[in-house]
Amino acid sequence: MSTLIKGGRVIDPSAGRDGAFDILIEGERIAQVGRDLATNGAHVIEIPKGCLVVPGLIDIHVHLREPGQEHKETISSGTAAAVAGGFTAVACMPNTEPINDHAGITQFILKKAAEAGLARVYPIGAVSLGSAGEQLAELGEQQAAGCIAFSDDGRPVATALLMRRALEYARMLGAPIIDHCEDPTLKGDGVAHEGYYASALGLRGIPGAAESLMVERDVSLAELTGAHVHIAHMSARQSLRAVRAGKDRGVHVTCEVTPHHFTLTDELLDAPVKYDTNLKMNPPLRERVDRDAMLEGLADGTIDTIATDHAPHHADEKMVEFDRAPFGIVGLETAVPLVFDRLVHAGKISVRRAIELLSTNPARVMNLPGGTLTDGALADVTIIDPDRSQTIDAAALKSRSKNTPFHGWTLRGSVVMTLVGGRVVHRADTASQGRTTAHART
Amino acid sequence: MTTPVQIPAPVSEVATERLKSKHLLGIAGLDAGEITLILDTAVAMKEVGTRAIKKVPTLRGRTVVNLFFEPSTRTRTSFEIAEKRLSADTLSISTATSSVSKGETLADTVRNLEAMSPDMIVMRHASSGAPHLLSRICRSAIINAGDGMHEHPTQALLDAFTIREHKRRLKGLKVAIVGDLLHSRVLRSNVLLLNAMGADVWLCGPATLMPAGLDRFGVRSTTRIDEAVDEADVVMLLRIQQERMHGHFFPSVREYFTLFGMTPERLRLAKDDVIVMHPGPMNRGVEIDSAVADGPYSVILEQVSNGVAVRMAVLYLLAGREADEVSNV
Repeated sequence: MSTLIKGGRVIDPSAGRDGAFDILIEGERIAQVGRDLATNGAHVIEIPKGCLVVPGLIDIHVHLREPGQEHKETISSGTAAAVAGGFTAVACMPNTEPINDHAGITQFILKKAAEAGLARVYPIGAVSLGSAGEQLAELGEQQAAGCIAFSDDGRPVATALLMRRALEYARMLGAPIIDHCEDPTLKGDGVAHEGYYASALGLRGIPGAAESLMVERDVSLAELTGAHVHIAHMSARQSLRAVRAGKDRGVHVTCEVTPHHFTLTDELLDAPVKYDTNLKMNPPLRERVDRDAMLEGLADGTIDTIATDHAPHHADEKMVEFDRAPFGIVGLETAVPLVFDRLVHAGKISVRRAIELLSTNPARVMNLPGGTLTDGALADVTIIDPDRSQTIDAAALKSRSKNTPFHGWTLRGSVVMTLVGGRVVHRADTASQGRTTAHART
Repeated sequence: MTTPVQIPAPVSEVATERLKSKHLLGIAGLDAGEITLILDTAVAMKEVGTRAIKKVPTLRGRTVVNLFFEPSTRTRTSFEIAEKRLSADTLSISTATSSVSKGETLADTVRNLEAMSPDMIVMRHASSGAPHLLSRICRSAIINAGDGMHEHPTQALLDAFTIREHKRRLKGLKVAIVGDLLHSRVLRSNVLLLNAMGADVWLCGPATLMPAGLDRFGVRSTTRIDEAVDEADVVMLLRIQQERMHGHFFPSVREYFTLFGMTPERLRLAKDDVIVMHPGPMNRGVEIDSAVADGPYSVILEQVSNGVAVRMAVLYLLAGREADEVSNV
């Protein structure tokens, strides 16, 4: 069976392509990209004028919660949220229950993902057994079962020695180590960015240095070992500086930033709603200077990818005192609107750069198939209307959890359709209407 | 030592007629007029405490729940006495007897209490912002009796009341606050209140116990105690929790006392009519020398007496506000 995606502006940074092209899909793969391709009996998807046709978006940092925390999210609900947000592939962190530190769990995740049949799921294995930071997990076995990278996300690799060995071992396997950088002694029992707002609200602080200290360590260890380290959800300006310095001297270090860290700041903890637990995440929302540094890093190329750190938590778990609430917010379904509204339309980055950050680079950094619309590539395609506004409605999210601070925000930029392996896996409710200006929900 | 004046002191601020919010979550959100209203009302309430029959019928038929999730003797007792003097029906719950120990959430505990229709909930909680959470899910008026490291508004109000009794004003006074600035809710409420009323606030403590972003608090700060105490009208000491040593905040109680303890010698740097305050409980020989705590400049026990009057004023004003709302329907 063949499908022809007709019309629209194709943007594929991997091929240096930006213009009016058609895409012919045969089965699961792209057969041809060209101008005014003949229909030849293919099923035709007409793209409304002004819409963008881009390589499927890839989120390399999500928490799907299965196995073990299915009240927060399942692989099925999480991948439904992914495709609704325009993501054709996600890489899921190992902090499930039990922790994905073993090939058997990796296989379970892949089986569930295949049953769901929505986004591609690339498991990330634990660096250490139980992510306890003591004994190296069987990275080779995990890789053979399908893990694409390794991380003790949420529990940073505390000793430099274990991190060094993990990097050396992962280098042998050709896989990156992803580190959630945070010095546990400096973080202590902190719950918010250490600064004026945490002080005024009486919240225990987490200084930016708790992150950058470990980023600096990891850059040094990547330099020592020649391995690839990827810095997860970077938030502090000092960390950006450390990554930039590492890149400048040729260290294999890459990094990601989340939409909430390039959009929000710690001022929101104080107003309009004090102590909103949907503003509690780790790393915490930081100060304006840090947020502005992230915007700069996105624009100048220091930051490689945007990843959401999609972290679903049940409403009951968030309906507690701020310091007792779990860290994290959902992100898969708000990423594209935030990237377009806050970065592209705000003039911070180009559309092409946005696609690099959301698709081309995530594929490159994690050595994944996808991230390209060239002949023979996987037919993973995302169609975006950059000008259609939407009002975020937490209750309407496909994710099983609704913990978003963006409820009620009206943002310009919407996902219209998502194709995985040539199959339409998501079509926005209003896709048939083409472009509308503001469609506000009440 | 000066004799406390019994007549309300003339202040530059004019009291407003009523409080804007139905809750007292903190000093943040109160303006100078509202603070003055509470302090002026407390003057009348203090008189009730001097009568042979210390009771007025103001809150008859109202139910007030005192919900204390942290140990407290002074504040809880003070609220209970204030409530009883206003004839409210009161009930006190402390953690030991609550269902929190059975794993119930704060929201559920309070929803269950609300099902029994109290009018006001006075809460002390170890988590900053816990009263704000309640105010979003409750019908009752919430009074914050101390939340984590955030605020302790009635303490700051009783401190201001005590200062006003002695100094007749707050505006322009040099108030030195010394101690654990980082963890103190008393400090945060006092800074907000004293700034709103135009006092000149100086904070002093070890560098390890100074909160980040202190430069945006609108106060002056120093690690040299002599500079803080110099020509001060008011010296307020904050409790040092001895276990803070384990967080590396200071090396020893001994060294803390050497560098920051309030001694009669240090107090001589202050104005002749200085008053010395402490929110309690005191650590004698740590933040304060007994000679100062029990000395002629100390107003520490007056603070405790005034606490009842100030809490009566807060309860009265919030209840009155509620009554206004009902009559407006």
